[in-house]
Amino acid sequence: MITVENLTKYYGPVKAVSDLSFTIEEGQVYGLLGPNGAGKSTTMNIMTGCLSPTSGSIHINGIDLFEEPEKAKKLIGYLPEQPPLYMNETPLEYLRFVGQAKGLKGAELSGQIRDVIAQTGLEHMKNRLISQLSKGYRQRVGIAQALLGNPAIVILDEPTVGLDPIQIVEIRTLIRDLGKTHTVIISSHILSEMQAVCDKVLIISNGTLAAFDTPNHLESILSGSDEITIRTLASEEQADALLSSMQDVDSFECTKEEDSLLLRIRTSAEDLRQFSCSLFFAFAKEQLPVFELTAHKGSLEDVFMELTEQTGTAGDETADSGESEEIN
Amino acid sequence: MLAVLKHELRGYFHSLVAYIYCAFMLIFIGIGAMLYNIQASVANFEYVLQFVSVGLVVIIPVLTMRILAEEKRQKTDQLLYSLPLSSTDIILGKYFALLIIYLIPMVIAAFYPLIFSRFGDVYLKTSYGALIGFILLGAALIAAGCFISSLTENQGFAAGIAIPLFLLNYFSVTLAEYISATSLGGAAAMLVLVFLAAFLAGHLTKSSAIRSCCAIGGWAVILAAYVINSSLFENLLPNLMKKLSLFNRFNAFVNGVFDLTNVVFYLTVIIFFLFLCVQSLEKRRYN
Repeated sequence: MITVENLTKYYGPVKAVSDLSFTIEEGQVYGLLGPNGAGKSTTMNIMTGCLSPTSGSIHINGIDLFEEPEKAKKLIGYLPEQPPLYMNETPLEYLRFVGQAKGLKGAELSGQIRDVIAQTGLEHMKNRLISQLSKGYRQRVGIAQALLGNPAIVILDEPTVGLDPIQIVEIRTLIRDLGKTHTVIISSHILSEMQAVCDKVLIISNGTLAAFDTPNHLESILSGSDEITIRTLASEEQADALLSSMQDVDSFECTKEEDSLLLRIRTSAEDLRQFSCSLFFAFAKEQLPVFELTAHKGSLEDVFMELTEQTGTAGDETADSGESEEIN
Repeated sequence: MLAVLKHELRGYFHSLVAYIYCAFMLIFIGIGAMLYNIQASVANFEYVLQFVSVGLVVIIPVLTMRILAEEKRQKTDQLLYSLPLSSTDIILGKYFALLIIYLIPMVIAAFYPLIFSRFGDVYLKTSYGALIGFILLGAALIAAGCFISSLTENQGFAAGIAIPLFLLNYFSVTLAEYISATSLGGAAAMLVLVFLAAFLAGHLTKSSAIRSCCAIGGWAVILAAYVINSSLFENLLPNLMKKLSLFNRFNAFVNGVFDLTNVVFYLTVIIFFLFLCVQSLEKRRYN
């Protein structure tokens, strides 16, 4: 179990992480989601002891990471964003060093190295130089390194970046398998990946926690993002009256154009096509000509970006007023 | 610490660095032995070591330049930080690995006086005294080189700083003759030195406040001392340069003086720079 309390990190005058607090329970896959520069990697680096926070505390299974770093770090396996590999070594040599540094010896060391090599599918590559391996295999060596010493918590920073689709599927399967026996925290800026792999998702934006929930629940928050644009000859009042009376219209905005009216309608309707039809008929019934009707299904990434931008500013306000968000 | 030590040693032998260094050192010592002991028929092995000591000015920076800079460049320092190792473990592991590599040709060279003694009278005590001095000198230079390497992520830069500094240290006794011995000159030099020290402290802590405090505080102390008793600064800089010269102390060993103060001085320098190294590594977590 990891408890992060009031974590703040400044890079000079820049605030990268701002008063972040959350608790991570055992035996699940957690996803740390956020746009680039949101503070994901910084948070992970701090949680693994690679970086010191400006203030705040982290407890791993009750052990203070900053008071007893060696003891706490034994419980964590970490793959940073760029796999920290020694290019002129073979995976076998590299893993032996990491294993020894984690305090493994003799039969236990070779046994665990064998296990992680099998788990990450490195069997054929174990005697080649790391500098000759492809990015995907380097990533696997990085993951294998994190798994050595059988840590209770495995933290992987963007484990699927730069991999081909087959490798992505393999790594995701591996992460799900790991989640059965370990607490796994992965970071990503790809929402669909989070949905595929994670039991719970933390969304970080501008260094604050924007949301912490199951992917399904988040999705229901995020829906209502579909948009339909209509060009019509109706006047603003007519459109207003018509749309206000309709179900499933969340919000809309009118823009007056030269010879027509542009309507942008946001909806949470389940069936977008069905909703488009009813819109069309509603306008037809009122004898209002429609020139153009476009249905735009919001991609999850778009919506996520919007959410993080909104909550980013909201988060700043709460941070400024000194309230920390109570989560879990 | 042992894991880091083994890993470093394997790295040195893997990348041929160890072999090239040993070959270079043995050739250098061999040429020296030939010139002094065989051609000039001098029975003192210590002169050979004095001859070779100039070489350390270049060899040691080349050995130490990658030791921490490369970790930073390859981003493998993140691995070291996330492993259950303390910064002291990492630095000591790396330092002792390099020391072992440094000692290999010394062990071989240790047989030379014995071999020479079969053909004439060799005063073994001064020979081995000088060898111990030579090893301490190298060990101190390695510690200083490690620290310089920890300041940058560019190997070339690390060597480029270490070589001139070592060269300055090598010639500091000669240069001291030309340096103003007046109290005013001494005070001015101290002001500059304090400024440089403050600048380094500021760079290490990434804090301009610490830099300003060190500089202003140091200057105030110097000016106050100068006003109270200006004779304190007479000959100060030349004396300081002689005292701090690592190579000059080695010459005492060559001259057959095994002075324990010199041994203590070398050990202090080693501990001082390794301490700075650990601090430098720790500091990287904060920026």
